[in-house]
Amino acid sequence: MPTSPSDRYDLAVVGAGPGGLAAAVTAADHGLTVALVDAGPRPGGQFYRHPAPALGAARPERLHHGWSVFAALTARLRAHTAHHRITHLAGHHVWTAERADGWRLHATTGPGPDDAAVVEAAAVLLATGAYERQLPFPGWTLPGVVTAGGAQAMLKSSLVLPGRRIVLAGSGPLLLAAASSLVTAGAEVPAIVEAADYLGYARGLPVLLGNPAKLAEGAGHGATLLRHGVRLLRGSAVTEAHGTDRVTAVTVARLDRRWRPVPGTERRIACDAVAVGHGLVPQIELATELGAATRATPDGTAALAVDGEQRTSVDGLWAAGETCGVGGADLAVAEGVLAAYAVAGRPAPAGVRRRRDRRRAFAELMAAAHRPGPDWTGWLTPETEVCRCEEVPVRAVREAVAELGARDARSVKLLTRAGMGWCQGRMCGPAVACLAGDGKVGADSRPLACPVPLGQLARRTGPDAD
Amino acid sequence: MRSPHDVVVIGAGVVGAACAYYATLAGLRPAVVDRGPVAGGTTGAGEGNLLVSDKEPGPELDLALLSTRLWRELAATLGDAVEYEPKGGLVVAAHPAGLEPLRRFAAGQAAAGVDCAEVKGDELAALEPHLAPGLAGGFHYPQDAQVQPALAAAHLLRAARARGAEVFLGEEVTAVRTRADGSVLGVTTDRRRLDAPAVVNAAGTWGGELARLAGVDLPVLPRRGFVLVTEPLPRIVRHKVYAADYVADVASGSAALQTSAVVEGTPAGPVLIGASRERVGFDRTLAPEVLRRLAEGAAALFPVLREVTVQRAYRGFRPYLPDHLPAIGADPRVPGLYHACGHEGAGIGLAPATGLLIAGQLTGAAPELDLTPMRPDRFADRHPAEGAR
Repeated sequence: MPTSPSDRYDLAVVGAGPGGLAAAVTAADHGLTVALVDAGPRPGGQFYRHPAPALGAARPERLHHGWSVFAALTARLRAHTAHHRITHLAGHHVWTAERADGWRLHATTGPGPDDAAVVEAAAVLLATGAYERQLPFPGWTLPGVVTAGGAQAMLKSSLVLPGRRIVLAGSGPLLLAAASSLVTAGAEVPAIVEAADYLGYARGLPVLLGNPAKLAEGAGHGATLLRHGVRLLRGSAVTEAHGTDRVTAVTVARLDRRWRPVPGTERRIACDAVAVGHGLVPQIELATELGAATRATPDGTAALAVDGEQRTSVDGLWAAGETCGVGGADLAVAEGVLAAYAVAGRPAPAGVRRRRDRRRAFAELMAAAHRPGPDWTGWLTPETEVCRCEEVPVRAVREAVAELGARDARSVKLLTRAGMGWCQGRMCGPAVACLAGDGKVGADSRPLACPVPLGQLARRTGPDAD
Repeated sequence: MRSPHDVVVIGAGVVGAACAYYATLAGLRPAVVDRGPVAGGTTGAGEGNLLVSDKEPGPELDLALLSTRLWRELAATLGDAVEYEPKGGLVVAAHPAGLEPLRRFAAGQAAAGVDCAEVKGDELAALEPHLAPGLAGGFHYPQDAQVQPALAAAHLLRAARARGAEVFLGEEVTAVRTRADGSVLGVTTDRRRLDAPAVVNAAGTWGGELARLAGVDLPVLPRRGFVLVTEPLPRIVRHKVYAADYVADVASGSAALQTSAVVEGTPAGPVLIGASRERVGFDRTLAPEVLRRLAEGAAALFPVLREVTVQRAYRGFRPYLPDHLPAIGADPRVPGLYHACGHEGAGIGLAPATGLLIAGQLTGAAPELDLTPMRPDRFADRHPAEGAR
């Protein structure tokens, strides 16, 4: 087993969610030495997020779909780690991937100057997942307004609900999944406010019929929600959250086809929490900083462009799962397996390939249905905060565009600081790009994939390090 | 129809913005064209230094001193908007042996009109309380200042627009058009034709490409630099503080990686850490070894920084010419063509002087200083013009 930076793994997998786990165990099955490098304390990523053992959760699987798949993957992971075929490096945040006769991943593991690690590998597979897309609205900074994925993560990891009466709002299948988990855990969900009209799905009937499992998953959520009397308001959005110390109600309005709120359709729904999200954005900066090619997905995000064997345009760099376009855990697992076969130089089973192709087609269809309409900005007021880290209001962004010559998210950032804070534009980037109005889908530039203590940057690493 | 523009300025970085601004002050009506947004190139990747301290006596220092005066004038109206901070520079030497070259350098600068004063080792803490103890000493340059560079370009351009300039962003110049006699007629963009008797090349790193479009050679090349940006901090760095070897690196023509510690605070809180210089073309790949050297250098000057978090890093490409002087002024090879590019890492500081001098040439005013050393055709012998007609 490679134990020091000068030893080299055959494959380093970044991210231990469904795609990364599947890739790591499959590669190890084929005799490769694998480093599974993950920011989280336990494998599973966002999807299979689960409580720390100390919490003593009796049945974490109740909150999960496909828990048996995860259980099987982690059992294989345990077997491979026991035989030193996989080294699971938990709590490792990779901040850059450096080309160095193969690859050298630089990771931070904590705040101290020595909390750093370098992982060398012949090949790298990125399974770094995605983060939530947020579109701001007046009042979204009030306590009690959380992200849909955040609400689910809190529930999965800490068994905590964000409120008792929770409105789900935004767009995408995550809303249904989150609502289903929340009501199962005892919350009241007065409404799911979905901006899309779902008509987009009808155009892809053959693709839908080719994915019965995805339909069953949706039907499962639907049955749960029906049982709990949850209303689904389609073609609608939360256009304002009300409250002083905490959210107490939301205004919901109907949207026209371009997502402009229709005047006169507003209604108020009382709640003590709002969970919002507009789908997911692939987290791909480790690859794009290396010049990897991207593609624009139908929901308006940038994803890594990969070939049939999950190769990116950068030699020796593979990708699987949400990094290639958001598509859920099944797709991520299939892509992870395919990538592992390709790295190992083995032909992949045709069944996995077919499964990947079907799921990918389904994902593209969903993405098209949930692409934000161009006029969602109609629910913003000049005072609505866009960038929460740097407290930049809509007014400042519009002024930068109209008066100061900004034309894209980067120039808005330079002129307003929107996107310069801790989240590095992950929260406000999509909204800023829309307000900047260039309409182009491009990957954000983040040379450092995460913050790094200066003392660690100053550390000498590599073969000649002491 | 008669053209509504007296001059087309190509480039909406800080130099182009300053050219447009001073042209309007001189009564001209400029058009500004850029294929990207404002400050989309080197300007947006800079730290915003307005420095005299790093320049040896000569034409660049003269330009910097003129600019220092002009920035002070501009600050009266734009100061807050562009985050103008006359905070002064502090050059430090770790060892007594390093002080002697600083003294000689400063004496020459003082003779050329630079304000500077030696600071003894035990006086450094009064200026910069968090500096590493035991440094030999340094020099204080009260004329050094800083602006936020993207805001500087944007507000200069806005002021120019208020005075009649027209701005065309997101339009790429595809041709510089000339008459049969070779003189400039205007430019063609991917959207329109802009007629004017004068064209100013303020295209920064792409100045060489633009010159080629106009049929002349100007050997502008990129020199890559990285900047580290820390988390927002209380004001622990008050001046622009740099180690003595910075001056040598700035003036060097070496292709190899050079780093020297340059550390400064910003009004928004983050501390900026530079400076690296490499000739690697337009390679954008992050280089951990460069970051390591920057971090190490900063921590050596300010040990407290070892404990802070670097929130982001960015890279930019300084446009430089072989003799490290910009090209400013009329190009005798193409009547009506002017150049205002190749300022390397000093473009923010030198922009107002460049704009004023270009405007002066456009209107035939007496120049504020001798532009001969900055002649754009000075490389013609060494670099025969490619594609010249």
